[in-house]
Amino acid sequence: MGTADDLDRTESKNAAGEVAETASSGNGDKKQDGSGASITLFFIIGFVASLVVGWVVFPELLYSQKEQPVKFNHALHNELVDAGCESCHFFREDGSYAGAPKLAQCIDCHEEVQGGSEAEQYFVTEYVQKGREVPWLIYSKQPPCVYFSHAAHIKKAGMDCVTCHGHIGESEELRPYQYNRISRYSRDIWGHNIAGIKRNSWDRMKMNDCSRCHVQENVSQGSVQTLRGGCFVCHN
Amino acid sequence: MKIDRRSFLSFLIGGAAGTALSPLPWKLTDDIAIWTQMWPWVPVPEKGEVTHVTSACTLCPGGCGISVRKVGDRVVKIEGLAGHPINDGGLCTLGLAGAQLLYGPTRVKGPMKKIAGRLVEVSWEDALGEISARLKELRDAGQSHRVACIADTDRGTVPELLLRFLTVYGSPQFFRLPSIQDTYELTLYLMQGVRATAGFDFESADYVLSFGSGLLDGWGAPVNIFQAHSRWSESGGKLVQIEPRQSRTAAKADRWIPVNPGTEGVLALGLAGVIVRESLYNADFVNTQSSGFDSWQRVLLENYDTESAAKITGVDPSTIDKLARDFAGARKPLAVCGRGKGQTPGSLQEVMAVHALNALVGGIGRQGGVWAVPEPDYIDWPEPEMDALAAAGMQQGRIDQAGDKPYAHARYLLNRLPEAVNSNAEPPVQVLFVANANPCFSLPNSKAFIDAVKKIPMVVSFSSYLDETAELADFILPSHSFLEQYEDRPITAGYPRPVVNLTRPAVEPLFNTRHIGDVVIELARSQGKTVSAAFPWDDYQTCLKETLGDMWPVLEEKGYWTDEAFGAAGRPSTFETKSSRFEFTNAEIDALPPFAPIEPQGDKAALPLVLVPYDTMQLWNGYIGDPPFVIKIVPDTVLIKNDVFIEVNPATAGKLGLEEGQTAKLATPLGTATVRVHLFEGIMPGVAALPKGLGHTAHSKFLAGKGVNVNALIGSVEDAATGYDAVWGIMAKLEKA
Repeated sequence: MGTADDLDRTESKNAAGEVAETASSGNGDKKQDGSGASITLFFIIGFVASLVVGWVVFPELLYSQKEQPVKFNHALHNELVDAGCESCHFFREDGSYAGAPKLAQCIDCHEEVQGGSEAEQYFVTEYVQKGREVPWLIYSKQPPCVYFSHAAHIKKAGMDCVTCHGHIGESEELRPYQYNRISRYSRDIWGHNIAGIKRNSWDRMKMNDCSRCHVQENVSQGSVQTLRGGCFVCHN
Repeated sequence: MKIDRRSFLSFLIGGAAGTALSPLPWKLTDDIAIWTQMWPWVPVPEKGEVTHVTSACTLCPGGCGISVRKVGDRVVKIEGLAGHPINDGGLCTLGLAGAQLLYGPTRVKGPMKKIAGRLVEVSWEDALGEISARLKELRDAGQSHRVACIADTDRGTVPELLLRFLTVYGSPQFFRLPSIQDTYELTLYLMQGVRATAGFDFESADYVLSFGSGLLDGWGAPVNIFQAHSRWSESGGKLVQIEPRQSRTAAKADRWIPVNPGTEGVLALGLAGVIVRESLYNADFVNTQSSGFDSWQRVLLENYDTESAAKITGVDPSTIDKLARDFAGARKPLAVCGRGKGQTPGSLQEVMAVHALNALVGGIGRQGGVWAVPEPDYIDWPEPEMDALAAAGMQQGRIDQAGDKPYAHARYLLNRLPEAVNSNAEPPVQVLFVANANPCFSLPNSKAFIDAVKKIPMVVSFSSYLDETAELADFILPSHSFLEQYEDRPITAGYPRPVVNLTRPAVEPLFNTRHIGDVVIELARSQGKTVSAAFPWDDYQTCLKETLGDMWPVLEEKGYWTDEAFGAAGRPSTFETKSSRFEFTNAEIDALPPFAPIEPQGDKAALPLVLVPYDTMQLWNGYIGDPPFVIKIVPDTVLIKNDVFIEVNPATAGKLGLEEGQTAKLATPLGTATVRVHLFEGIMPGVAALPKGLGHTAHSKFLAGKGVNVNALIGSVEDAATGYDAVWGIMAKLEKA
């Protein structure tokens, strides 16, 4: 049972055989403060909740994280090789790009354990001695609809690795690979900032990011392979 | 405070507003778009280092060289090998689809044994142990001649190893798959005295008269002939196709001459008659390089005047005359036979008639003519030492009676094997090995082969693919696929020069398979004594390298070996006959039964139609069945889903009350089948045609269950002169279903 007031109201209403109106939905019948406020309140609750979900919870849930299979130290290796990035990430004779090095390259030096680190021990035992390729997780991998030519950017445009890949070469360990649960792609493509705001050129590598640079540099948009322009330069 | 409907609604609206101002909907849309590109069944090209491996295609006897493109460890594309004498960079659709066979679901992944009616995986030791024990048992009991082997060819180290094993073990039962080369070999032996295969210089010929040969439907070395045909349009070369049906070859020929089915040989003799009568022949060759011409031409003129030839063949007399004059008047005329892809030996006298045509125009051993291509002689192993058991076994004689009267001329009569097995309560074959062949599907009278294979107590298939014969086998000892092994492949497919190809591994063997050569060597070793001693090599690779000797570095580098000098010298200096000349006829030829067109099996009254099988480049009727890419290009006038279409002339269909697409029942003396009707004006009235290569029950779901196996409807017909299978069709009946 409600309060005396309520009872009065309900009783009077019920006596008349009409359905009672509750306090919160009363608009017009009784002067009720709080009904409009209620609406506004719930609007604000919904608004704020969805903002939180969209800006905080969503990015949290959307991305999953994996560690790279081997703890690789770029900075250490960079000191040991002559030609910087190109020592292990190089062009093949036919102009295609080798990308992340294959086991054969590592074995050149790591046939046996070279240093004292646990990571290298693990690498030699699990991969070199078993002849297994290391399943590296590639931060910068684009969807298969994209045709990207390293030759066009490095050889023709004279770009350097850092512009697109950041300072990974100076890192002492490989950061975790964060990937999108829906698209299965690296978080690096959309960018770590969920709004897509970037500070450095390597923070984001969606199509717009490529286009921005292409427009800025006034790149002639004809593909060497297909002799077509526009979309077909990158989406063949 | 109570939550009423309006509060709830405003909550939702607030939520919507907030969501729109957050990245969630925009990011989700983008992610879903990417997600749709990442479905597992969407093919994504490989990334990795691109390499090319030089090898050879073995999917048909044509012998094309191939360049296998790989990305990383994966075969991605097979391309023709540029510079190869046979195909020079070209490749047919079957060759292109070869990678599908390598990675496809029909691969047998390891040795299998039939236990309680099902094929079960076993180990190599167990399988080989059981087989070798049985072989020992038979040999010790003096029954070594009860072991037989069917192989696709008798040339090359692998078939020679199989043959060597059978010989030193004590069995003469080696069978080679039949083909037009059976009769051409015999023709060359009878008329030229040589043991060789016939090679045809299509590249240089300027007038090609084809008696039913599917030159653009897969005859011989298909890519080579396709390329030659392309050049004819520039060089003015002409193709005249003689057959009852408008095949692709006939459609693309300069002239198509429809003949009554089975009478192509009569037409050849009719043409020869005109050439002789009008003295259009090459007098120099006939007078100075041939013998027996007088007696031969007498018989010819008596029996094959233009009128009688016209009556039998259904070709106009004036057409016959003109054809003969055109053929003889060309600078480099070339006549060839072997219906369709040439998988049937055919009538010996028909082949000799066509060969005589070539002789009449001086086309033996000249540019643009027909050549006797010798067998490469690099396989030079010492004769094996035979013990008493082996000698006794070899004395027992062949179960197909090839080499014995009345089959004295034949070498292999595989068409006679089913009867020999099926007609005896105790099968004369106790162990059968099958290598690179699928007789339960691809040979005429296939049902009889199925019965024979079921009856033989131990059938061992070396097949890499689960084909019809392998499914019935007691053991499958899967060999590597052609992209996973080294093998020498001497080419006999009508190419006018000796060529030996080398296949090499493009990838490491994917499954637990073994090279046939290694298995034979191991089986031989297990038998001990003289059998083992005849196989001194540790493994097949050693055998191959040693056998090839000087050829090995050439083959390793280029992928093929050819005798450049062959043919350049022109006419062979001598024929090795008694007269040292080309013999139109001689005592041996005269002793053959008189020539008569091969009659189709069946009562003409009850079965008024003639059913002929046909070959195309889209359907493969051999050891290899169509891979999925190739079955896809079969047109829908031939196959729709699982229904095969029988070609019938509209006039015939009208009389039978059959319309386009209608389901009909086809009956031959061997069986019945359900087909659908395709009205085709390119086939003679009274004749119906079905393609070979359909009606598989094995292989994979991409091929099995489609269409009807015409080999099950057509029996084999022995050529009176040789015993070789000379079937070209059968009487049939077609009625509404």
